[in-house]
Amino acid sequence: MPKIIINEKEIEFEKGMTVLQACELADVEIPRFCYHEKLSIAGNCRMCLVEMEKSAKPIASCAMPAAEGMKIKTNTAFVEKARKGVMEFLLANHPLDCPVCDQGGECDLQDQSLYYGVDKSRFVENKRQVKEKYMGPLIKTQMTRCIHCTRCVRFATEVAGVPEIGAVGRGENMEITTYLEKSMESELSANVIDLCPVGALTSKPYAFEARPWELKKTESIDVMDAVGSNIRVDTYNWEVKRILPRLNNEINEEWISDKTRYSCDGLLKQRLDVPYVKKDNKFQKVSWDEAIEVISKKIKETKPEEIAGHVGDMVNLENALGFKKLFKFMKSDNLEFREKKFYINTEEKMNYIFNSSIKGIEESDLILLVGSNPRHEATILNARIRKSYVKKNIPIYSIGNPGDLTYNYKIIGNRTDEIKKIVNKEGEFYEKFLLAKKPLFIIGESALELKSGKYIFEELKNFLRLNNLIREDWNALNVLVQNASTTGLIDLDIISNRKGDFDFFENLNLGKFKFLFLLGSDNLEIKKNNEFIVYQGSHGDRGAEIADVILPSATYTEQNGLYENLEGRVQECKKASYPIGEAKEDWKIFNSILERLGSKDDILKFGNLRNESLSLIKNFSKINELPKFKFNKSKKDTSEFISEEIFIKNLDYYFSNSISRSSKTMSECRQIRQKLKKTGTNN
Amino acid sequence: MSLKKVHDVQPKEFKFTEENLNKVEEILKRYPDKNKKSAVMPFLYLAQKQNNNWIPLAAMKYIANYLSMPYISVYEVATFYTMYNLAPVGKYFVQVCTTSPCLIRGADKIVKICKEKISPNENEISKKGSCSWMEVECLGACVNGPMMQINNDYYEDLNEKNTKEILESLIKDKPLKSGSYRGRKNTAPEKKQTINGENHA
Repeated sequence: MPKIIINEKEIEFEKGMTVLQACELADVEIPRFCYHEKLSIAGNCRMCLVEMEKSAKPIASCAMPAAEGMKIKTNTAFVEKARKGVMEFLLANHPLDCPVCDQGGECDLQDQSLYYGVDKSRFVENKRQVKEKYMGPLIKTQMTRCIHCTRCVRFATEVAGVPEIGAVGRGENMEITTYLEKSMESELSANVIDLCPVGALTSKPYAFEARPWELKKTESIDVMDAVGSNIRVDTYNWEVKRILPRLNNEINEEWISDKTRYSCDGLLKQRLDVPYVKKDNKFQKVSWDEAIEVISKKIKETKPEEIAGHVGDMVNLENALGFKKLFKFMKSDNLEFREKKFYINTEEKMNYIFNSSIKGIEESDLILLVGSNPRHEATILNARIRKSYVKKNIPIYSIGNPGDLTYNYKIIGNRTDEIKKIVNKEGEFYEKFLLAKKPLFIIGESALELKSGKYIFEELKNFLRLNNLIREDWNALNVLVQNASTTGLIDLDIISNRKGDFDFFENLNLGKFKFLFLLGSDNLEIKKNNEFIVYQGSHGDRGAEIADVILPSATYTEQNGLYENLEGRVQECKKASYPIGEAKEDWKIFNSILERLGSKDDILKFGNLRNESLSLIKNFSKINELPKFKFNKSKKDTSEFISEEIFIKNLDYYFSNSISRSSKTMSECRQIRQKLKKTGTNN
Repeated sequence: MSLKKVHDVQPKEFKFTEENLNKVEEILKRYPDKNKKSAVMPFLYLAQKQNNNWIPLAAMKYIANYLSMPYISVYEVATFYTMYNLAPVGKYFVQVCTTSPCLIRGADKIVKICKEKISPNENEISKKGSCSWMEVECLGACVNGPMMQINNDYYEDLNEKNTKEILESLIKDKPLKSGSYRGRKNTAPEKKQTINGENHA
């Protein structure tokens, strides 16, 4: 490996690194504004100047490739003078409004001016004034503060794939703006707030809410989709003020979706704070005792086979297991988590996870989407596909039309016949899939929901198996599930299709269930007949509307819990706040029901629930790690081919779960997106 | 120079004329297909020429679609360069050079006359709608300063009197001829000078 000398210390570096990266290897911190690891190099802020031997002028270390034998100095008076000069220019037009700026306390410019700023300004001319720009309901702008690092421009073009931000004008009059000041049409747009090194782009919903040093930070996991993005929850007292991404290169890199970031205001609205019982068609506040009494009475009246339970989209493993145990005590096994009738083969772990892993997308050389719109179903995963597309220009095909995915792809067809062709090695496309070394098949819920869902899944799996594309080092079979709880709940066997049919849904429609227990489940379509419905959840949403008894419980930020993401990675979501009002954690509520039902030995303990749920997870390796690879080369299930259209269901992205439906910010975003669609201002 | 703003009143549609479409195809041949967006600058220039010397938003969109690039990129280019006009200009578009050599020779007086004769502010169309003026940076005719460019022609060696005459002729729609107003031919010396008996023209 080549060597470079930094401050008289010799350091080995990898070929292709820049001087700045080499300096980081040597534990030398270089101040910077425009440089960002995940974006292309711009080299326009000049803050990273260092001294290089044999160069009369200082060099911009972020843009200079490191070379063998270079001698770099970063701590000389020369370097300091150069950086001070740059800083003086940056501060010449930067307003001194830190006391009213939301970035204050976590501002790169503030921090670096502590070391390189000059205490007095020599600038006597008028300061530059720039008009505020409208960038949508999430981003608040104060463009006078902008130092033109163009990180936001590069993010929008490279990562988000919506080239809508740009720098107009030039010189002193340069301004950053979206095209004609429209809101950014991306699900990743708010990441520009984190990227902005100054207070030019700040968070609109969080404006003037709190200072960063007042907030308690909890490292947690997101549950808005099945990706399991790593987040940091910032709370002020018990109130969740904001959610920020945490760096995890395996999953979300440095980004999170807008829904993850801004649904948090929904945690305060529409909350269920006390138990309710429906009396005379009206909900009335009751005590916990009374509510549990009503439920246990009803349970005792009902036959076990008429009791059913449905687990929602954001329930963690421990609570789901507790729920299962409660049902075991009631001698019922009518449990289900699916909101729609999609086909899942639970025999093997690989049948319901994203086997290639999110990071693996970068290695692949061909992607086939089958009935899936990753942009809305798993935004962060879509950003990885785009990254791979931008880096290597890999071919991407789709069966079914998912709409704009921020990259180019080719639609093979809209019918299941295309899958039959591929599987039977007919037509023009199958060869391409076989020639690829690391292809990726992504099967979405919209495809599995079809009548031929079983055919699609089993035949494609068989196709991959026969062509040796399911190996330990590369597994091309991927199922893209939509909900945070899905993978874990399949592992806990909270699913009714052991025989491959949809018993639960049929019985539900036929009204065979007399007692229905909804655990945080709001997206299940129920035609209420005369069932007695108990809703246990955090928000007064669709589930609570049809319930007879409402039990208030905690949200994902208010209780500890494990979630398994779509890759089968188990991660821990941590308690950042407290349940509102009289609400309790779910497993505690099960305990009070169990007690009332007369159970003595089955009292749940959180630690036991966690250990037991971990032991139930198939192929489990470690927490935060991918599951082990196991492949049972069994014969495939035969199933009937049905020729039908693969229609990708449009997911109401900003309104997909009870928390986001309660969020004011999300409903604003949704309105704007719908307006844009109507006027058709897409490219 | 202040930030160029797009005009409030925008035409709805823009399309290159048949003749320009041929030119456009000619221009595209200069660049490899994968770099066809390099043609954005000549395209914008053509659009400006076609549309009475200014570029409407519709033209930017049209060009962006033509070269398959994002709208904002075309917009960035159009706002960056000062010679693209983003708002309507007069039929006679007067650009007065105010860079140092011309200024020393009295460009500020010419600006004053423009303010009187055409419009009190830059980039404003005169009352009768035929003229507009703006200050520009060096037009490269320093030897003949002060000077101004009217549409494609240079009017050089000006003073207050003949500037007034020129501007009045524009308002009457009968422009005077371009070139030096002190009788010089291009940048040649005014009087024949002999040094050591030889002519130096």
